[in-house]
Amino acid sequence: MWADRLAVLPVIVIGAWAVLLTVADLYIPEHRRRITAILAALGLIVGLVVNLFIQRHNPQTAYFGLAIADGFSSFLNVLFLLSGLLGIAVAHGYLQRQNIARSEYYSLLLFSISGMMLMGMAADLIIVFIALELLSIPLYVMAGFHRDRLDSEEAALKYFLLGAFAGGFVVYGIALIYGATGSTRIAAILSAVQSGSASPILLTVGAALILVGLGFKVAAVPFHMWTPDVYQGAPSSVTAFMAVGAKAAGFAALLRVFLLAFPTLSDKLVPLLWALAALTMIVGNIVAIVQSNIKRLLAYSSIAHAGYILMATVTLGQSRLMADAAAAALFYLLAYLLTNFGAWAVVIALEREEGKGLSIQDYAGLGKKYPALAAAMSVFMLSLIGVPPTVGFLGKFYLFRAVLEGGFVGLAVIGVLTSLVSAYYYLRVVVVMYMQEGEPVVNRDALLHWTAALSAIAVLALSLFATPLFQWATQATLYAAQ
Amino acid sequence: MDWASLAEWTLKSFALIFALLGGFAYLTLFERKLIARFQVRIGPNRAGPFGLLQPVADGIKLIFKEELIPAQADKIIFILAPIITVVPALVIMAVVPFGPPIQLFGRTISLQIIDLNVGVLYIMAIASVSVYGIVLAGWSSNNKYATLGGIRSSAQMISYELALGLAFTGPVLLTSSLSLAEIVEAQRHIWFVLYQPVGAFIFWISTLAEVNRAPFDMPEAEQELTAGYHTEYSGMKFALFFMAEYIKMIAVSAIAVTLFFGGYRGPFVDQVPLLGPIYFLLKVVGFLFLMVWVRATLPRIRYDRLMAFGWKVLFSLALGNAMLTALGVLLADMFQNSLWLWSIPVTTIAFFLLVAYLMRGSIAGGNR
Amino acid sequence: MSVDYVLFGGLALVTILSALGMLFSRNAVYSALYLIFNFSTIAVLYLMLSAPFIALAQITVYAGAIMVLFLFVIMLLGAEQRGQAVRTWWMQPLALGLAGILIFEAIYLIFTHRTSFPPLRQAVGDLGNPLQIGEQLFSNYLLAFEAVALLLLVAVIGAIFLSRGRKLR
Repeated sequence: MWADRLAVLPVIVIGAWAVLLTVADLYIPEHRRRITAILAALGLIVGLVVNLFIQRHNPQTAYFGLAIADGFSSFLNVLFLLSGLLGIAVAHGYLQRQNIARSEYYSLLLFSISGMMLMGMAADLIIVFIALELLSIPLYVMAGFHRDRLDSEEAALKYFLLGAFAGGFVVYGIALIYGATGSTRIAAILSAVQSGSASPILLTVGAALILVGLGFKVAAVPFHMWTPDVYQGAPSSVTAFMAVGAKAAGFAALLRVFLLAFPTLSDKLVPLLWALAALTMIVGNIVAIVQSNIKRLLAYSSIAHAGYILMATVTLGQSRLMADAAAAALFYLLAYLLTNFGAWAVVIALEREEGKGLSIQDYAGLGKKYPALAAAMSVFMLSLIGVPPTVGFLGKFYLFRAVLEGGFVGLAVIGVLTSLVSAYYYLRVVVVMYMQEGEPVVNRDALLHWTAALSAIAVLALSLFATPLFQWATQATLYAAQ
Repeated sequence: MDWASLAEWTLKSFALIFALLGGFAYLTLFERKLIARFQVRIGPNRAGPFGLLQPVADGIKLIFKEELIPAQADKIIFILAPIITVVPALVIMAVVPFGPPIQLFGRTISLQIIDLNVGVLYIMAIASVSVYGIVLAGWSSNNKYATLGGIRSSAQMISYELALGLAFTGPVLLTSSLSLAEIVEAQRHIWFVLYQPVGAFIFWISTLAEVNRAPFDMPEAEQELTAGYHTEYSGMKFALFFMAEYIKMIAVSAIAVTLFFGGYRGPFVDQVPLLGPIYFLLKVVGFLFLMVWVRATLPRIRYDRLMAFGWKVLFSLALGNAMLTALGVLLADMFQNSLWLWSIPVTTIAFFLLVAYLMRGSIAGGNR
Repeated sequence: MSVDYVLFGGLALVTILSALGMLFSRNAVYSALYLIFNFSTIAVLYLMLSAPFIALAQITVYAGAIMVLFLFVIMLLGAEQRGQAVRTWWMQPLALGLAGILIFEAIYLIFTHRTSFPPLRQAVGDLGNPLQIGEQLFSNYLLAFEAVALLLLVAVIGAIFLSRGRKLR
């Protein structure tokens, strides 16, 4: 029993911390909201320490096979906790400037992270579903955090309705898979699939339904319609967190469930995944070209990046490559986390009240007036394109390598070509910053500037020391729960 | 299945329904007489000896009254609503045991319509469905007062259902069964009210709210809502609402007796099984007297305070009670000593006093 | 055994027709009532599968709690009259007929099949026993159970946050 608790201790720490924070917040006076933020950050740091302390390479199942603690989940936990810390860093001043500083933000953030971490540990489809809801419901609320603004409300409602819809798909998928295999444990599903006792039609339909549901969560085309509106309407700090956390959690489930449970369905699922990845890359990148609002631009960029990460799943069924591809996906998620939070920190630094300062034209002259900020933004844009020497380049490199080794040349070509397309709109931001004259207004918020600066340094530095990081990701391979 | 048991079930069902209908008729007389006494009056005494034929007279009057259906009402639902109100009240008693099994014509007959292994849940299910009659009556009348009454009552019943459901958990935890027969059997030596004083108290208050009795008779508050959801009803349809309320009174008293006061258990029941129903009836009448007493004594609570009381006080009390009960059961289980069960009344009463102390200002004083 | 099939057929018909009634009613209140009806028939289906716990939970949670809130919202918003309020002639007899069938079947099932449910028991295991469900929840699915507790707490916090008045103090 204690071993079980130890295995999922990071989740317990964050979940319990969120509950306690909710209660403690009642006794923190309103003008001392900083204390709540600091307490929340402290909780995340405790979670990080606990996670590093109990990190293990031998996978350990817990709670009768409901959860599994392994390198994969440890790596993802670091990712989620980091995104929580950065999410608090970009949120604190922003919420006050927007006059929506409510301390529920931080406990909701922690709740959402506990759901994401549970998702990374899920070894049972029921846990996948519960974790999906646990991470989504706080995000729905946070998307509507700006209750005075209609677009925030619209974002919350859209996200909620489509999210509930997606959740429904996942549940139906789970039900069909349960019907086919008689279990929801991933290990039991795998053995049922391998022994051939499961009805392949039910299994395939179930897997496809789960793919649809998770596709919504990671914003893959054609399940991406909500993304631009929600990303634009939600408060920017929420969007920054959502773009990384929810996506990473969705991919955690996708990798764990698909690569582990359905390798024998590869002949049916791989074309599907291939098409999904290709479509997502193409649509995301091409539609991003015409965007003039930076939040919408980043929304489409996030769709495009979901496409790149989806490439990792086409190695389904090639057991030798799957671990490599999963490691590449993890590495890419880490790279995307740093780059994305950095870019959003710059966006939030320029955003003013009433949604002003969000057009790309508002960045004109940034290079002259605030050279450091402009330089950081340029680094992030280059990393999003995937140009060396940034960590984004290495992320793409590892992914393309895995895909090419799997023999999917066409997909890799699409990936490279769409990356070239993406250079156009990312570089446009850089061009506007340096080539055009303007009077950009930047908020004085030390935390934001530090976030941007540190992220930029990390994006550059990690590209130089990427090998140990990638090795760490490689060690974090997936294990089937016994 | 054989015909004898089918006949047995049918007969038992009819007996229960007739007992409830007769009980309803005489409960009205009981209440009127008692309230009259509380108010130093005499009460109905003209129809028959001591007014015993009064319910019959009332019934005849109601049947011959003109039935009105408002022109703008939703007719189907308007007619259905009283029926939907009465049926749950009638069927909720199906899982309550009235006495120990008796031997009759060489058959063992249990004095209970059906012993479900999820009996408590059955009661919860029926209780949760019984809101609809009132809501629909209010809505279909197409009358603002009636609609408000309906909505008020549904909000009230849902709010108090939470505390009610949590109060159920006490006896369930102590018995580790959801079957009412087993709950009664577990009280062979000691009534659960001794282990569950706070639970019984919560149960009692929330049932008052569930059946819309004073001081929680919000849905029909005459001064504010001109009789609430049944403003537009007359004649037999009105009588059905009336009937549902009184049958529910009997039902919740019977359930309270079963859960907390030993049900049909009493001295010499094992020797003379027929004493069981008599004890049961006496206990139920005791509870009914209490209900009438409360109505004669307490004024109606203002609506916002009613909701605040339900959510802030009763619900938190019920939560704490459930938790402390589980703790006591766990301790008794761990140390293999049922004396630990006595920690439950101690801790729950302490918790009750704490909550009462913390809430002392917020209920009696202004709102918020 | 054939009786079971007849029962199931009738129930399934009622379930489907009440679902259709929910879809095609012009009046939102009627739709809600059809849905309540539909939930109740599903509860009876669970009863046929010898899962009384789930059946009654279905009635308590769906037919009882959730649908009351639906009705509540419909009535408070006055949303029942959306669209033209055309009442089709077949609705009343249909509803009455369905109710009749359901009541008959429920009574029949409760009295005849209380102890001898069809051999579907093997497929669903001892699912109907509340004790079994409790033991499963607190052993095999403990983590899921706790996670759901957290989930409900989050939902409550979120709902209160979104609906609470602007300034409390």
